[in-house]
Amino acid sequence: MSTKSTKNTFSWEDPFHLSAQLSDDERQVQDAARVYCQEKLLPRVTEAFRHENTDVSIFREMGELGLLGVTIPEIYGGSGLNYVCYGLVAREVERVDSGYRSMMSVQSSLVMVPINEFGSQAQKQKYLPKLARGEWIGCFGLTEPNHGSDPGSMVTRAKAVPGGYSLSGAKMWITNSPIADVFVVWAKDDGGQIRGFILEKGWKGLTAPAIHSKVGLRASITGEIVLDEVFCPEENAFPDVRGLKGPFTCLNSARYGIAWGALGAAEDCYFRARQYVLDRHQFGRPLAANQLIQKKLADMLTEISLGLQGCLRLGRMKDEGTAAVEITSILKRNSCGKALDIARLARDMMGGNGISDEFGVARHLVNLEVVNTYEGTHDVHALILGRAITGIAAFTN
Amino acid sequence: MKVLVPVKRVVDYNVKVRVKSDNTGVDIANVKMSMNPFDEIAIEEAVRLREKGVATEVIAVSCGVTQCQETLRTAMAIGADRAILVQTDVELQPLAVAKLLKALIDKEQPGLIILGKQAIDDDCNQTGQMLAALADLPQGTFASKVEIDAGVLKVTREIDGGLETISMNLPAVITADLRLNEPRYVTLPNIMKAKKKQLDTFTPEALGVDVSPRLKTLKVSEPAKRGAGIKVPDVATLVDKLKNEAKVI
Repeated sequence: MSTKSTKNTFSWEDPFHLSAQLSDDERQVQDAARVYCQEKLLPRVTEAFRHENTDVSIFREMGELGLLGVTIPEIYGGSGLNYVCYGLVAREVERVDSGYRSMMSVQSSLVMVPINEFGSQAQKQKYLPKLARGEWIGCFGLTEPNHGSDPGSMVTRAKAVPGGYSLSGAKMWITNSPIADVFVVWAKDDGGQIRGFILEKGWKGLTAPAIHSKVGLRASITGEIVLDEVFCPEENAFPDVRGLKGPFTCLNSARYGIAWGALGAAEDCYFRARQYVLDRHQFGRPLAANQLIQKKLADMLTEISLGLQGCLRLGRMKDEGTAAVEITSILKRNSCGKALDIARLARDMMGGNGISDEFGVARHLVNLEVVNTYEGTHDVHALILGRAITGIAAFTN
Repeated sequence: MKVLVPVKRVVDYNVKVRVKSDNTGVDIANVKMSMNPFDEIAIEEAVRLREKGVATEVIAVSCGVTQCQETLRTAMAIGADRAILVQTDVELQPLAVAKLLKALIDKEQPGLIILGKQAIDDDCNQTGQMLAALADLPQGTFASKVEIDAGVLKVTREIDGGLETISMNLPAVITADLRLNEPRYVTLPNIMKAKKKQLDTFTPEALGVDVSPRLKTLKVSEPAKRGAGIKVPDVATLVDKLKNEAKVI
């Protein structure tokens, strides 16, 4: 062994050289997404969040760049890329704002994925290209006012009627619903089985009122879906999928994106906090000179770097087809919980300025409260893992 | 008309570079690299000319290490039709690059060559001018507007006193300034398409060019840190210091 030691320089931004673990085209995708997000999304986010204003032109912009339906085949207008690319895009978008990533995730994973996986040929051809271009906006209705973590108990019904189904019920906390053209809604049929339906804006009995005054994800509109005997023709029902497998397939894809995305938000908090403590002087020296501050930065960097390595590994496993769904639970839970802690630390390190929306970290903090909750709460993912570890489901009686 | 666009792989503009401890250069190990921003403008201009029907083919060229392929793929994702890599691990200086490009001009016979006005790593601002001289072609440097009408090229140049418009015959060399255009965003489907486009590799030897460096770098060091300012008690001391110490008045 050579005794000559070359001193390698440490990167406080990317200690494990994540970029070097990517292929050429994955790096190009990451760069393309980053440039768009930093140049086009970042300048509007503070105002959008402050005034609870969802800019629908973002869908069209993302569509033009191929950021909607990253993993969807090119014949249906998607970008035909792998899951690692999808994760990298989610991380770049959420580095700006979790709300923007939510808009994109819902369109890609919760609307385009089920249509691509479970839809008929005609459904794919009709909906996917327009969704990929961002001409149509999609939303996903699973959660109900009284059924959140337990979607299997949903009460929305799809009653068989001549030529199709009559849907009645209400869905709650639906990202994009007030501006959506396409609604993927899950309801129980006459036999009590969960089925998926593609509904369109303007159908009789379908309304989607907005939910105002959210404290987090204010740049991304959320609403209800109210179904009052909405007629859905047979051709708009997913033909074969039955039970929770349908919605869970979509959620598994979206949760994977969240695992990457939340760490993007965490990285932004870490970068901002680092710069702030280097610039701000108290007691005649930078805040960064304090041991307490340095320990916080070390914790942030450690969690972010380890988390990203996990996300990349899961992405590779998904691309190989070897990823069990529980791994997504490990990482969705880990990324969200850790990102939330990091955002709180960053807020704390920035003192009073951390409270101001102009400094960005408080926005990430309240966004991440939502991200930690939606698509399976931190605790519910623990129970999914607990069941996988012990064989005993803690969430059934 | 073919358009040849040389592109350089440089340290990304966001990176804060560090000088190596032995003062031989800048540390680029594991540093983010990307296409020289002025070259991106050059590629964009060439692609626009093709989209307008003025050009028929856009060929991106890069000279340097194997990883320059990544830069060429980006050029093709923006819209270049094919790419050429002149591969070498030798440190390339502007004259060597100009000679390599001259060899490629002989080979490809382009009607127009568009380069970035300078690279953001060494800031030389020499390659375009050297190439025009070696190839004996007219040059329009620091272009902020390019028009081609009936085989005549009109280039608007940014000069100290304002804008200068010159006209010249094709083939010609143009170097792109910042305000020539705003490059489009690379799209994910185009990144995939670029993977399938043709990329040929040559060596400097195959092109008959000696690329050995002519200039020797003696030392690279960080710019001196700005020292702290001082307060002077009155105007007389200020004038005295400006006159005798700073020697500015």
